[in-house]
Amino acid sequence: MYPQPLRALIDELGRLPGIGPKSAQRMAFYLLRQPDEDARRLAGALVEMREQTSLCDVCCNVADRSGRCDTCSDTRRDTSVICVVEDPRDVVAVERSGAFRGTYHVLHGALSPLEGVGPDQLRIAELKSRLADGGVAEVIVCTNPNVEGDATAMYLSRELSGFGISMTRPASGLPVGGDLEFADDATLGRAFDGRRPLEG
Amino acid sequence: MNTVRCEAIVLRTYKLAEADLICVLLTRDHGKVRAVAHGVRRTSSKLGSRMEVLDHVDVLLAKGRTELLSVRQVESRGAFDHVRDNYERLAAGLVIVETADAATIEHHADEAFFEMVRRALATLGEAPTPSVVATAFLFKTLAHEGASPVLEHCASCGEDTDLVAFDLAEGGLLCSSCRRGRPVSPEAVALMRRILLGGLAGVLREEGPPGSAEVASIAIDAVESNLGRRLRAARVLGAH
Ligand SMILES: [Zn+2]
Ligand SMILES: [Zn+2]
Repeated sequence: MYPQPLRALIDELGRLPGIGPKSAQRMAFYLLRQPDEDARRLAGALVEMREQTSLCDVCCNVADRSGRCDTCSDTRRDTSVICVVEDPRDVVAVERSGAFRGTYHVLHGALSPLEGVGPDQLRIAELKSRLADGGVAEVIVCTNPNVEGDATAMYLSRELSGFGISMTRPASGLPVGGDLEFADDATLGRAFDGRRPLEG
Repeated sequence: MNTVRCEAIVLRTYKLAEADLICVLLTRDHGKVRAVAHGVRRTSSKLGSRMEVLDHVDVLLAKGRTELLSVRQVESRGAFDHVRDNYERLAAGLVIVETADAATIEHHADEAFFEMVRRALATLGEAPTPSVVATAFLFKTLAHEGASPVLEHCASCGEDTDLVAFDLAEGGLLCSSCRRGRPVSPEAVALMRRILLGGLAGVLREEGPPGSAEVASIAIDAVESNLGRRLRAARVLGAH
């Protein structure tokens, strides 16, 4: 078999999502053959990512060590509208569409009862405390248009109804069953313009 | 290439690679099968329709090189769309499909069970208290498994009054002298009897029948112990 350090790397790579043992081996051998500096740069990026990123104190999006993401640091953004998304990658998708000038809230997942993911595992408490602070007029629930995303949206609509805030969901034009990430910019833009009141 | 067309209910999906989905389907004629739907998560999917948990579909399945079937075509029947637009209905629907998945083995045709699942999901649209439909489905699943609890009298001594406890391992309801397991209220006893011994239609028309939360919890415990599996959806959703 392989020397222990190589085995350890194969094991670690094999834990990554979508990477099987064969791919892990291929990646490890690729790295083994790379110049020393390339492998070190990768290792450095990993360490730096861990040490230099945090979650934004306001919206739970990924942020640098300052604890504020780019959007929340931007004073030109409209803080009276919050767009709730499942994942930091969805923030990028919505930003790319250019249809939104408010701020975000990242839940870090969606209600997935079949996988045992309930409301407590999502960043809902943080959202509630933002709403409790006041100044928010509208919450746009932009979770993925699938069962988990719908369940999350309806749950939020019930949970947040007490705040008396307008809750909407970009309904029309979003690809049903598709991930938000796969939506093209124009589709997402149209979906934002045509958002509808959300019911629980 | 060997293909087969069938009516199916999507019980569960697992993301695979970039845009594929492995679907666990309960089919009317072939029992539970697993099939991969290639590219279905893309907006430009050519399969014809989405494939998601709780979808009622007609599918064209093809045998591939591996054991896994592949989905060639999907046509939505749209029958359970009402389940998707209300939180209580969706929660109950998820409990039903999770239970159906746990209670079935692959490639074992059982049209009666398919019909039971289909009817339960269809009923969610009409019943004022969706969680009661899920509870009834759990009990019906127990009965289908041949594990119907004894509700007419004490499962241990036959005494037909003073029924105060429930223990599935003992067979069902128990009197005060034989009591084991969990205590049950008279409302819960009455509701379980109506669900399993005739009167279900009436129960499903009622808004929050007395004892329903207690009976829901009894049903979840009973099915979990009978199938030897945890019902995650029921646990996650029950807590809220
Ligand atoms: Zn932020
Ligand atoms: Zn007895």
